[in-house]
Amino acid sequence: MNLLTEPIGISHYLAVGAVMFVAGAVCMATKRNALGILMGIELVLNGANVNFVAFSSEYLRSGPRASLGLDGQLIALFVIVLAAAEAAVALAIALNFYNNHATIDVDRADDLKG
Amino acid sequence: MDLASTLPTLLGAAWLLPLASFVIVWLFGPRLGHAGKHAGYVATGAILGSFVLALIALLSWTGKHGVFVEAHHDESHAGAPTAPPRSESSPSKSPVQFRLVAAAAEGEHADYAHYDHEGKAYYTGDWYTLAKFGKLQLTIGYYIDSLTVVMFCMVTLIASCIHFYAQGYMHDELHDVEDHEVTLSDGHHLHRRGRYHRFFQYLSLFCFSMLGVVLSGNMAMTFVFWELVGVCSYFLIGFYIERKSASTAANKAFIVNRVGDFGMLIGMMALWSSLGTFNFGDMAVEDAASGETRSQAGIFSQVRPGPSHELVVPEGMKQAAAATGSEDTERCGYWLLVIAGVGIFCGCVGKSAQFPLHTWLPDAMEGPTPVSALVHSATMVAAGVYLAGRFYPVFAPEALLVIAVIGCITLFIAATIAITAVDIKRVLAYSTVSQLGYMMFALGVGGWVAGMMHLVTHAFFKSLLFMCSGSVIHAVHTNDMTKMGGLRKKMPWTAYTMLVGCLAIAGAGIPFLVGFSGYYSKDAIIAQAIAYKEVNPLWGVTLFVAAGGAATTAFYMFRLWYMTFSGQPRDAHKYDHAHESPKVMYYPLVVLSVFAIAVAWPITIVGDAAEGSPLVHLLNQAVPDGVGSMEGAVRGTLAASVAIPSEHASHVDAIHSAATMLAFSTALGGFLLATLFYGWKYLDPAEVRNQFPQVYRFLWNKWWFDELYDALFVKPAHLLAAVAAWLDKNVLDRIIDGSAKVTLVASRYDDWFDRLFVDGLVNWFGRWTYGVGLAFRRLQTGSVRQYAMFVVLGTVVLFFLLSLFLGTAVGR
Repeated sequence: MNLLTEPIGISHYLAVGAVMFVAGAVCMATKRNALGILMGIELVLNGANVNFVAFSSEYLRSGPRASLGLDGQLIALFVIVLAAAEAAVALAIALNFYNNHATIDVDRADDLKG
Repeated sequence: MDLASTLPTLLGAAWLLPLASFVIVWLFGPRLGHAGKHAGYVATGAILGSFVLALIALLSWTGKHGVFVEAHHDESHAGAPTAPPRSESSPSKSPVQFRLVAAAAEGEHADYAHYDHEGKAYYTGDWYTLAKFGKLQLTIGYYIDSLTVVMFCMVTLIASCIHFYAQGYMHDELHDVEDHEVTLSDGHHLHRRGRYHRFFQYLSLFCFSMLGVVLSGNMAMTFVFWELVGVCSYFLIGFYIERKSASTAANKAFIVNRVGDFGMLIGMMALWSSLGTFNFGDMAVEDAASGETRSQAGIFSQVRPGPSHELVVPEGMKQAAAATGSEDTERCGYWLLVIAGVGIFCGCVGKSAQFPLHTWLPDAMEGPTPVSALVHSATMVAAGVYLAGRFYPVFAPEALLVIAVIGCITLFIAATIAITAVDIKRVLAYSTVSQLGYMMFALGVGGWVAGMMHLVTHAFFKSLLFMCSGSVIHAVHTNDMTKMGGLRKKMPWTAYTMLVGCLAIAGAGIPFLVGFSGYYSKDAIIAQAIAYKEVNPLWGVTLFVAAGGAATTAFYMFRLWYMTFSGQPRDAHKYDHAHESPKVMYYPLVVLSVFAIAVAWPITIVGDAAEGSPLVHLLNQAVPDGVGSMEGAVRGTLAASVAIPSEHASHVDAIHSAATMLAFSTALGGFLLATLFYGWKYLDPAEVRNQFPQVYRFLWNKWWFDELYDALFVKPAHLLAAVAAWLDKNVLDRIIDGSAKVTLVASRYDDWFDRLFVDGLVNWFGRWTYGVGLAFRRLQTGSVRQYAMFVVLGTVVLFFLLSLFLGTAVGR
C-alpha cells in the first residue's frame, strides 16, 4: 500500500498524527528548555487530536458500524481546553522556576531527586 | 381514753425523744452554744420530756388498771372464765398500728385463751416492719405491761438526774482539756478539745437504746437495742479514748458482751426455729387471704398455753425434736426449751455482768462517773436483769436453777472482792455486780417480783451512790479511798446523801415497821430464798450465801463511807482543796436519795389500809402468767429434785418474819463490823490483812479472774497470733516470694521471646519496607526529560501489550 498513490483517507491522517506525536515526544526528550518541552507536549496532544478528529469524521469513515458521531470532535475540544489550562499552569511553574534559579533548564531542576 | 392507743403513743414518744436529741446533738453538737454547752440542755430536756411522758403513762395505767390487784387468791383455774378486765376494745375498732391485742378479749379462742384472772393486762403491737423473709418477720413493736411502765419511769427519772448531774460533772469538757493521764511520745500531756456535746450525744443514744429494750415487743427488736446498748456503753466507757486503760476497758466490755450475746443468739435461734415467732405477746394479725383479724400466739402463750399457764413443751419444739429423729419428743423438746432459756440467760449474763462474765464491769469504771451511774443502775446492766424478767415464762425450772446458782456465785464473789478494793468506784462496781447477782438469784429461786423490785430500788440507790462518789472524785481528784477521809465536813450534802445510799443498799430499816427501799427488796429476796430452801434442801446453801452476801454488802458499803467521809483526812493536801459540788450536781443527789428511801414504802405509811407497797402491787400486775398463780411448787422435768416455789409461799408470816430478822441481823452485823474496823477503829484492818495474807491477796487480785482469763483466753489468743505471724513470715511469705521469683524468671523468658520474635518480625518488616523504598528511590531522578521518556516508553509498551492481547478482538 502506497500512501502517496492512495486517495486521501484515514491512513493519511493517522500518519500525520503519528509524525506529530513522535516529533512531540522527541522534542520532550531532547529539549533542555522548559518552553521547548511545553511545545513538545502541545505537539503530542495535537497529534492525538488529529487521530480523534480523523476517527470521528463521517467523510473518512462511513457506514453505520464505524460511525462515532461527534465523540471524537468533542474529545478533541476537551483536549484543547486541557492543553490551554496545562500550558497556563506549566508557564507559571516555569516563570517561578526562573525567578528562583535564573534559568529554565530542566536538567537543573532536580530538587525532587530521590 | 383508750389505753390501747394512748400507752404506745406516750411511751413511743418517750422512747423517741432521746433519739431526737441524739440526732440534733450529733448534727449540730459543737454549734449548740459555746463549745456545745447547749447540747447538755437539749439532751436533758429530751430525757426530762421522756420522764414526763412516762409519768403520764404510769398515771393513765393506774387510772385504768389501778395500783392494787388481788395478788393472793387461790380460786380454781378450772372455773368458768370471767370477763377479763381489758376487753374494752376490739381490734377492729382501734387504729391499725395501735392494735390492742387482747387474746382474752376473743374468749372463743379456747386453745390459748388468756384469762387474766389477776388482771395482768398487756398491750402489744407492731409499729413498723423492718424486713420480712418468708416466715421471718423483723418488726419494731411494743409490749407494754406494768413492768414496762415502771421501768420507763425508773429509767427516765434516773437518767434525768444523771443528765443534770453530768452538766456539772463534765464541765471541764467545755474548754480544751489537758489529760494528765495520757503522756505523749514527746513527754507532754495530751492536749485535746473538749467533748462535752459528744458526751451528751452518747448519753441520749444510750437512753434511747435502753428504752428500746424495755419497750420492745419482740425478741429481734430486743436484740437490736440490746446491741445498741452495748455499743453505747463502748462509746461511753471509752470516752477518754486516748487513755490506754479506757480504750482497753471499752474493748473488754464490748468483747465480753459478745460472748454472752453468742449464747443469746443460740437461744433466739432455738426459739424462732421451733416457735416461728419473735413476738412476746399474742399479736392480732390480719390474714392476707381472708382479711380477718386473728390472734397469733406469741412466745409466752406458746410456752404457757391454757388457763393454768403451766409450762409445757410447745408443739413447735416437739416437731423440732421429732425432726432430729428423737424418739422421746417430749423430753427432747424440753431440752430445747431449757437450751433456749439458758441461751437467752447467757445474753443476760454478759450484759448484767454475772459470773463468769463479770470482769468487764469493774473495768468499765474508766468511763466518766455519770456514765458509771447510768451503766450501773438504769441502763446496760439493768437491761440484762430486765430481759431475764421479761423472758421469765420461758425459763424451765432447770434454767431457773442455772440462773439461781449463777446469781448466787456472782453475789458472793463480787461481795468478797469489794471488801478489799480501795478505789471508791471499784467498790461500788463490785457492789453492783453483787446486787445484780441478787436480782438474778431472786429470779432463779422464783421471786419474780422480788427480783424486779430489787432492780428498781437498786437502780435508785446505786445511781445515788455513784453520783456521790463522782462528787467526791470531782472534789479530791482521785479515786483512791486511802487518800480521802474526813470529807464529811467539807461536803455535807454528798456525805449524807451517800449515807442514805449506803443504808438503802444495806437494807437498813426498823424490822416489821419501816425501812429504806433496799430493806423491802432484800427482805423479799431472802424470804423467797427461805421458801426455796424449804422445797429444795439440796440447794439450801444458796440462802446462806445470800445472807452472807447481805452482811458483806453492809460491811463494804460502810467501810467505804467511813474511809471517805469520817475520821481524819489522810491526805491533807487533797482535803484542803476539797469543796462541795455545785448545786446542779447535788440537787439530783437529793432527789435520788428521796427515792432511795421511799420508792418501796408500803402505802400504809400514807394512810391506806392496803398491804404492801404500790411498787410491789404494780409489779404484781405484770407477774408472768403461771408464775405467781401456782399452788405449791413447780418441779423440773429433767431434774425432778429442783422445785421452784411459788412467790406466794414466801409471803407466809413465818417465812417473812424469819427473812426480815435474817436480813436485818446480817446487815446489822456487817454494819457493826465495819464500824468496829473503820468507825471506832477498835480493830486495825492492817492487822487482819497481815493475819490472812493469802486471803487478802486472793481478794485483792479479784480471785485472779483477770489473770485466769488472761491465761485461758488472752494468752492463747496471743500465742495463736504469734503462731499465725510465724506462719505468715515463714510459710506464706516464702510462697509469695517464691511465686515472685517464678514470675521474674518467666518474665525474663518472655522478654527474650518478645525481643527475638515479636520485635524481630516487626523490625524485619520495617527494614524490608525501607529497602524497597531505597530501591524505588533511584527511579526518582528529578529529570523532567527522563520522566517524559518513561511516559512515552510506557505508552508504547502499553500500546504493544494492548495490540497483542486485544488486537485480535478489535481486528475482527
